[in-house]
Amino acid sequence: MSLTESILEGNRLALARLLTQVENDSPEGSLTLAELFQYTGKAHLIGVTGAPGTGKSSLVNQLALYYRRNGDKKVAIVAVDPSSPFTGGAVLGDRVRMRDLAGDEGIFIRSMATRGSLGGIARKTASLVQVFDAAGYEIIMIETVGAGQSEVDVAKLAHTTIVVEAPGLGDEIQAIKAGILEIADVLVINKADRPGVENTERALRSTLELAHPTKRLVRHHGRDMSITTPTVDANIWIPPINKTVATEGKGIAEVIESIARHADHLHQSGEWKGRDRARLESELEALLKETLMDRFLQNVRQDQYEEVIEKVIDRNISPYEAVNFLLNGR
Amino acid sequence: MTEKKIRVLVAKPGLDGHDRGAKVVARALRDAGMEVIYTGLRQTPEMIAEAALQEDVDIVGLSILSGAHMALAPRILELLKKNGQDQVKIFIGGIIPDEDMPRLKEMGITGIYGPGASTDEIIKDVREAVKP
Repeated sequence: MSLTESILEGNRLALARLLTQVENDSPEGSLTLAELFQYTGKAHLIGVTGAPGTGKSSLVNQLALYYRRNGDKKVAIVAVDPSSPFTGGAVLGDRVRMRDLAGDEGIFIRSMATRGSLGGIARKTASLVQVFDAAGYEIIMIETVGAGQSEVDVAKLAHTTIVVEAPGLGDEIQAIKAGILEIADVLVINKADRPGVENTERALRSTLELAHPTKRLVRHHGRDMSITTPTVDANIWIPPINKTVATEGKGIAEVIESIARHADHLHQSGEWKGRDRARLESELEALLKETLMDRFLQNVRQDQYEEVIEKVIDRNISPYEAVNFLLNGR
Repeated sequence: MTEKKIRVLVAKPGLDGHDRGAKVVARALRDAGMEVIYTGLRQTPEMIAEAALQEDVDIVGLSILSGAHMALAPRILELLKKNGQDQVKIFIGGIIPDEDMPRLKEMGITGIYGPGASTDEIIKDVREAVKP
């Protein structure tokens, strides 16, 4: 039986091995992935991101448990942790928070190191997700590295992006900066039993209001005055804010509901297809860049390359001129 | 462009709650450029074998301080084989009496490390054990 057939039949060992091959960019991996590609496009891809220590893994653990207990959907989790920039090694510890998921054949957890990628996920994360999709996993959660403000690649990959916050991590200025909050489809304030949760919620809510004008009522000199804002298009999705205590399983049902509502919204508004298109476009572009770079490096002589680098270091030519020289020979 | 990374599962089976040793080894293997999947405390043999399968690791490091190694190690080896991961090796760190060592080695445990073992030695042995 071919590897492709084994994957489609649900062989877990074959799946695990293919994930390794794809991650390592092996020729067999690429070949099998190409065969499997026609079976992809069915799963709901859910990205989970947020600062380190906000409880992403615990939340993913609880969401997976909920999906398994209330329905028969197969769940895959791709958990990304950083590689060391110096040694290339990594300690991948997201499974520590996911021990409740052991012993369930309907769940598959795979840890992944970033291997030098900076966007919060690894270069091959999208490909691993495709493998799970083809293997019949209906819910695929992608947990990013502990992300700061600009690790937003996951939003390009996922249909629904959950941004996890926790009380006490920043003030309102943090909340209005561009970046991670903008990619949120669902906002979760985890550790909601901690002090300061009201402030966090207020800051997030006011940020959302700045971004999404909604009709509101204010009191002025004791009289209700309504401020009219532009009529809100019914198709605009306003990210709900859910509060959870993931370690105790509190608030999980609400998050699941928000995710389901968001999926409905994507289908109704036609954005599901739009996101699919955007994802595949950016994957294609990345692959093209990589392939062109490889092809270029094969064609350039090592000594010629070194020589140009030396010239740049000596300030004889600028990097811009160096590129011109390497590509066009002048 | 990408070379094959050595993937190691570091697990703590059984009921003792001391994971300092496991963390030191995980860190040392990381610094040697390996990808180390750390499972946390109180794992059953079934959980360890399942994680080894999903993560497609090359080798499993067990930290056992409880004295239950003669029960746990063969059970985990058996489960790995049952899952089709015959090629996956095991090494053990912890408190292992001298008289148990020959039998563990016979089972196919590739290395046994007591208190004071050097991490350099563990790294060297792991690299040796996973050579194709």
